[in-house]
Amino acid sequence: MSGPSLGPAADGALVDESRLIRADLSPGKRLAALALKWESLLFLIFVAMMAANSLLSPVFLDPANLLDATFNFTEKAIIALPMIFVILCGDMDISVASIISISSLFMGMSSASGAGTTAIVLVGLGVGLAAGLFNGLLITRLDIPAVAVTIGTMSLFRGVSNAVLGDQAYTRYPASFGELGQGYAVAGLVPWQLLVFAALAAAAALVLNRTVFGRYVYAIGNNKTAARFSGVPVQDVRLAVFAATGLLSGLAAVLLTSRIGSTRPDIASGWEMDVITSVVLGGVAITGGKGNVGGVIIATFLLGYLRFGMGVMNVPGKVMNIITGALLIVAILLPRAIETLRRRALLGGRA
Amino acid sequence: MKKTLRMLSLALALALVAGAALSLGSCAKAAPKTAKIAMVVKSMGNPFFDACRDGAQEAAKELGGIEIIYQGPSTPTAEGQIEIIDSLIAQKVDGIIVSANDKDALIPITKKAMSKGIKVMSFDSAIAAGGRMVDLVPSETELIGKQQVQLISELIGAEGEVAILSATSQATNQNAWIEVMKKEFETNPAYAKMKLVATVYGDDLSDKSYREAMGLFESYPKLKGIISPTTVGVAAAGKAITDKKLIGKVQLVGLGLPSEMKFYVMNDACKQFALWNPVDLGYSATQITNALVKGKLKSAKDGTPVKAGEVVEAGRMGKITIGESGVAVMGNPFVFNKSNVEKYASIF
Repeated sequence: MSGPSLGPAADGALVDESRLIRADLSPGKRLAALALKWESLLFLIFVAMMAANSLLSPVFLDPANLLDATFNFTEKAIIALPMIFVILCGDMDISVASIISISSLFMGMSSASGAGTTAIVLVGLGVGLAAGLFNGLLITRLDIPAVAVTIGTMSLFRGVSNAVLGDQAYTRYPASFGELGQGYAVAGLVPWQLLVFAALAAAAALVLNRTVFGRYVYAIGNNKTAARFSGVPVQDVRLAVFAATGLLSGLAAVLLTSRIGSTRPDIASGWEMDVITSVVLGGVAITGGKGNVGGVIIATFLLGYLRFGMGVMNVPGKVMNIITGALLIVAILLPRAIETLRRRALLGGRA
Repeated sequence: MKKTLRMLSLALALALVAGAALSLGSCAKAAPKTAKIAMVVKSMGNPFFDACRDGAQEAAKELGGIEIIYQGPSTPTAEGQIEIIDSLIAQKVDGIIVSANDKDALIPITKKAMSKGIKVMSFDSAIAAGGRMVDLVPSETELIGKQQVQLISELIGAEGEVAILSATSQATNQNAWIEVMKKEFETNPAYAKMKLVATVYGDDLSDKSYREAMGLFESYPKLKGIISPTTVGVAAAGKAITDKKLIGKVQLVGLGLPSEMKFYVMNDACKQFALWNPVDLGYSATQITNALVKGKLKSAKDGTPVKAGEVVEAGRMGKITIGESGVAVMGNPFVFNKSNVEKYASIF
């Protein structure tokens, strides 16, 4: 760790739980503990889901289909990355879908006034960043709980889109703008979006696991007060996290607007819950301080391909929601059960 | 990260093996070729669309060899419909019928579908011209206006004073229909003994429409009939006629919802009214898609609207002619009366 030396009080909070497993355990017990890790379990569920879908539907396991299906969840997956940081800090941002709405609104306006693709993208990213900074400043400078602030801005941002657009829509975008969210790279098979997500996911994992900033995020989530007394710039870190969430929501807005070529006030409605679902299912504790990028990536693909699988079998949308909801409840209950089992496994090694 | 990637690739490999084994198995039993036609509606759980599906299934049964897939998102969003159409493309369906939540947002995905040879049409709520081959609209101005005059003429024996109770004075649809009605009253010899005495506006508010109807009874004591081409107005007029005990003396027709009009049909205040019928709509859409899938329309090229003048043989709905930019008109609105209003009242 390359961070500044921290006081003993914060030290405990800064230990990555996953590293505890490796310390002084025999290989067999290490394996047992690993098997009980949430990511491993999630991965097994993922494999089982993929196998079940492949068995049930002959069209599911087609590489082109599987790659095309990612269009429907890549934008959400991109927002899930900064949301990991938000929730790790013990915060919450439920305004992300509304940020997409307002960001898309300004993109539509700039396109209507003749802006080119580059300018439209910059506007989308800029509005997203501004909205994220607005959230972050209210939360950190006025010290208002993140949930309260983002409930407000959720209505505010979408409200602006509703007020400006009413039942109208912006639908004229340059052809090259459409390429961003609809286009393919690599032999015309892999969506651009997916490559963008892969790069961002790698960056998020790097920041979270290999930088001081990442350590700060865990410290804040475990004990905000202790972190502050240990010299962690708590408010600045949180501000940066909310700004990043805004920026990546802006990026999601660029990709989604490009993909569907239309800006309506109800764009991406309900997405905040889908994003939070994949983060929580990915093993990030809602109470903060625990979780990692890998689990969320698995969860995103799990949820995305579960929906796609049910889609090719023509399962009605309402039934899909029930199944997704059930998964989320399991995600909240299972980690607790696993935690208990793991502690028993660790203790059992000494008894 | 690295571990996750390794796990993902392992999963894909496993899944590929499973899938390969499976596709070998499924190749063995060659299924008879049925055309798959999917109906994608705005959202699930809407009785109007369930009725459209019933019509689609009726057409499928008549035509034979067609499987209907009925799908819609749980909330009415374009993104939800895009996800569904994506999975329909993966299933390689033959045709897709859409009631669109956004006329533009669906274009990229339906274009993709059409580029893979899937025939796409919209109904009820259109996709813009670039994203479908045919758009089916339930009726058109001319037919609606003429039919309304025809309906009242049948009830009053083509003789006497008639008034129109409309929505707002700026309502585009109603004004266009009223123009047609006026022309009918003036020029059609069959209606020479009928006279249009007034057009009043209830602003699509129940209480104002009710008062305007009452006002008509005061101002025109010899009034024989009211045409109210708006769902709010026709129900309010039904109540006014009932309350004023004018049932049998003043006849009422209009465009109404069976659920709201059932009471006034059963008590004879409104013996008949019209509206597009969702069962017919689903039936006709399926007939058209079948014609597209079977290559019966010569100008049907993937990704472009069918040319004006092409004709679809649409079973019990007769011939449906494709108009400008692929827009097809189903026909006269459906007439509801004592014989059928109860059945439809539970639908919409």
